[in-house]
Amino acid sequence: MKIATILLIAAAIAALAAGLVMPGWLTFMLTLALAKGLVVLGLLLLMRAGLVSFGQGLYYCLGAYCVGIAGDYLQTQNALLLMLLAVVACVALAAIIGLLLCRYRDIFFAMFSMAFSMILYGILVKSTAFGSTDGFNVKPPLLFGWTPGGESSPMMAYGLAVVAVTGVGIFVWNYLRSPMGYAGEAIRENEIRVEYLGVSVRKVIYIKYLLAAAMAGLGGAITALAAGHIDPEMAYWTTSGEFVFIALMGGTGHAAGPVLGSIIFELLRTYAFQISPYTWQMILGTALLAIILYLPKGVWSLVERITKRIAA
Amino acid sequence: MKLVIAMLMDGMIYASWLFLIAAGLTLIYGVMRILNMAHGSFYAIGAYAGASLVGFYLAGGYPPWGAYLVLLGAAIFSGIIIGLLVERGLLRFMYGRDEVVMILVTYAILLILEDVIKLAWGVDAYFAYQPYTLLGRTKLVGLSYANYDIALIFISASICFLLWWGLNRTRQGKLLQAVIHDRDTAAFLGINVTRMFTVTFVIGAVLGTFAGALTAPGISVMPGIGIEVIILAFAVVVIGGLGSIGGALTGALIVGLARSASVHLYPEAELFVIYGVMAVVLAFRPQGLFAIATARKI
Amino acid sequence: MTSLIETRALARNFGAVTAAADINVTINAGEIVGVIGSNGAGKTTFINMVTGYLPPSSGEILFKGKSILGKTPRQVMRAGICRSFQVAQLFPDLTVLDNVLIAYGMLKKGSLSLLRPLANARSIQQAETLLEEYGIAEYLPEMVVTLPQGVRKLLDIALAMIGKPEVLLLDEPTSGVAIDDKFELMDTVMRAVRSSGSAVLFVEHDMEVIARYSTRLLAFYDGRVLADGPTAEVMSDEKVKEFVTGHHLEISSPKEPAHA
Ligand SMILES: Nc1ncnc2c1ncn2[C@@H]1O[C@H](COP(=O)(O)OP(=O)(O)O)[C@@H](O)[C@H]1O
Ligand SMILES: [Mg+2]
Repeated sequence: MKIATILLIAAAIAALAAGLVMPGWLTFMLTLALAKGLVVLGLLLLMRAGLVSFGQGLYYCLGAYCVGIAGDYLQTQNALLLMLLAVVACVALAAIIGLLLCRYRDIFFAMFSMAFSMILYGILVKSTAFGSTDGFNVKPPLLFGWTPGGESSPMMAYGLAVVAVTGVGIFVWNYLRSPMGYAGEAIRENEIRVEYLGVSVRKVIYIKYLLAAAMAGLGGAITALAAGHIDPEMAYWTTSGEFVFIALMGGTGHAAGPVLGSIIFELLRTYAFQISPYTWQMILGTALLAIILYLPKGVWSLVERITKRIAA
Repeated sequence: MKLVIAMLMDGMIYASWLFLIAAGLTLIYGVMRILNMAHGSFYAIGAYAGASLVGFYLAGGYPPWGAYLVLLGAAIFSGIIIGLLVERGLLRFMYGRDEVVMILVTYAILLILEDVIKLAWGVDAYFAYQPYTLLGRTKLVGLSYANYDIALIFISASICFLLWWGLNRTRQGKLLQAVIHDRDTAAFLGINVTRMFTVTFVIGAVLGTFAGALTAPGISVMPGIGIEVIILAFAVVVIGGLGSIGGALTGALIVGLARSASVHLYPEAELFVIYGVMAVVLAFRPQGLFAIATARKI
Repeated sequence: MTSLIETRALARNFGAVTAAADINVTINAGEIVGVIGSNGAGKTTFINMVTGYLPPSSGEILFKGKSILGKTPRQVMRAGICRSFQVAQLFPDLTVLDNVLIAYGMLKKGSLSLLRPLANARSIQQAETLLEEYGIAEYLPEMVVTLPQGVRKLLDIALAMIGKPEVLLLDEPTSGVAIDDKFELMDTVMRAVRSSGSAVLFVEHDMEVIARYSTRLLAFYDGRVLADGPTAEVMSDEKVKEFVTGHHLEISSPKEPAHA
């Protein structure tokens, strides 16, 4: 194993240990941030290929609803089983939608993915069985029949989130270095050349789309387990817009960008909401413009610059 | 028979509304290659400006017919201001960037405008139903229609004609078509592309606020109305082919009629129909029905 | 000789424009075929059709006797026909090394790996060797956008050659390259090609380059092959002089540089 991987796992263990002493609200907030980070890690795979999805909320929401619905109908509280179900469902849906989407690029890809998530939103809003706009409550999950820290403790979801982000993060880190990862860069740069190198552009995009859906579903599932409540807002396009925002803010150059970005985002949001609830979107919008103009590689590029300076 | 007429009438009314919204979006895309996500906010600003000013006007006890002029004035005035602000103040610094980056930029503008609207008008709903009820209703084979809605069909048709005439029968319009067709060559030929962009964006913004102001009397104007609109408008524009006015008209008619058929026959499918039509059209014509060709030569 | 590529009555039109009409060309193993023709004569269209980028309006394309009509560029490439481009098709915001590594990574048999790193000591060594062969190893860490035109063209051809083609189609390999550097570039390319034994078809405007490197010459005019034969013969063909090389014009415009 490489040093970086060992360091990361050490960081994960430290994060888990810190969870034991953190105040509950912070644990909860970090859990939500890490869950979003999972979605954005998936989005990063697409964005590296030049594809901006304004519809990852589709899988985020589907993953969450899978946990909620399966918990009710299958009478299971097994967190791992529920998460697995969520991922499988998301990949299955992505396998169908991806066939259509992998034909499109640029604004078409962005807007169609948004349209699909809005269809799910429309369905959920109209389905009274799932509480329409109010959503419904998710039963507290168990890990092998055990709830670490008791029923109301955010510890378990936090633990799951840390483990998932570590695992997915290591995967993405390796992925970006693999031929498949580079194929994304290549597609962003020049599709014609990729085809003439004997690789199917659509197939590469399709695989990326499936992976991104799986990660978004996992993020949604963890959110459902942590929050104990889900509603259609998760599929609303502003949620997807937030993911795009986080990806740009964190930076897509490194697997750490999305995680860093989503933690900053959640912190910002918590405080901004408290200070002035009517200007939250305005802050987001202004920050987005500033990032596009002045920090196109995101916050992570700052971290890289600083570490390089220290090393030099 | 009655059902068919009902479906046609509802479909036409809905299509007129869709066209009003989509026209500005497609015009701006055609000329500037910017898919303006903030178009929905322009619509919302028009609706708020219209509703609040009409309320103001009527509260002053002036003759009610003047309310239509107030609506029109509110739309044009707010459209010009917001269009100029956004284009001169922001977009022009971003020209030449990737289409995807421009989506993100206009998304940022949308976020900002949503809060600007809340700050300017608050979060309570506005009603300005007087212009809607003032025109009365018409009975058509036993179905009752608001004359305001019927007027919408004619207004939409006139706008469509005006756009067509402006683009095809005026000098400025022909120059604009040159820009749509090939921006670089147009600039080379001495057309002032920058000014064309400003003018187009303002016209597009006014079309957006106009659609909002016209819709305001029929709805309760509250936060979030602009957001649904942009997705609908996008579906319409994509079916017709991004950047084509004729395409927006066709797309509006197809979506309008399809939705009204679904509302009358199978209401649960309302949302599906719009995207279903879009998916079917795109499966056969990936660039929409009347897309501007952009072949990459190697 | 065995024929590798054979086109029969290949035609393609874009609306009212006829880019290719009734093209019958055969390329045999080991041949080095030059192609001349004024702009818009249909040379690029021909290459686009053969490599599956453009579907022909009508006609047939055979590779080693089997039809490859309807195959995608990817399938045609895997079958053994590679090409370069008039405007080099590279990954502009990546380094030269990354460009080559990606090309090698993609050309491996089987599907792309998700976890094995693309860059390792062996693959980097391989990339360096390739770049040395084309004399552009010094540009290894540079971004492609910053490269001079000639280096881009060489890299473009190098990427095509990684596919170990049986037929290599070069679309204006020396366009955008300074006159003095053309021969050096062609020498480099031809050396690499000769060691691999591929047949080559190259589009070229410079008659000196044509005379030096091609054994057989095709003259395109208005979507048709006006002449096809040994280079010297075609170059002295009256029709070719009139319609393609324009040597008759020399009489009226003495400023035109004399061609060999
Ligand atoms: N994608 C295309 N769309 C429309 N016309 C094209 C396209 N590609 C080529 N043409 C036309 O076909 C003709 C032949 O072009 P091309 O094969 O590029 O010529 P050459 O490579 O010999 O200069 C030209 O008239 C050109 O304008
Ligand atoms: Mg050519």
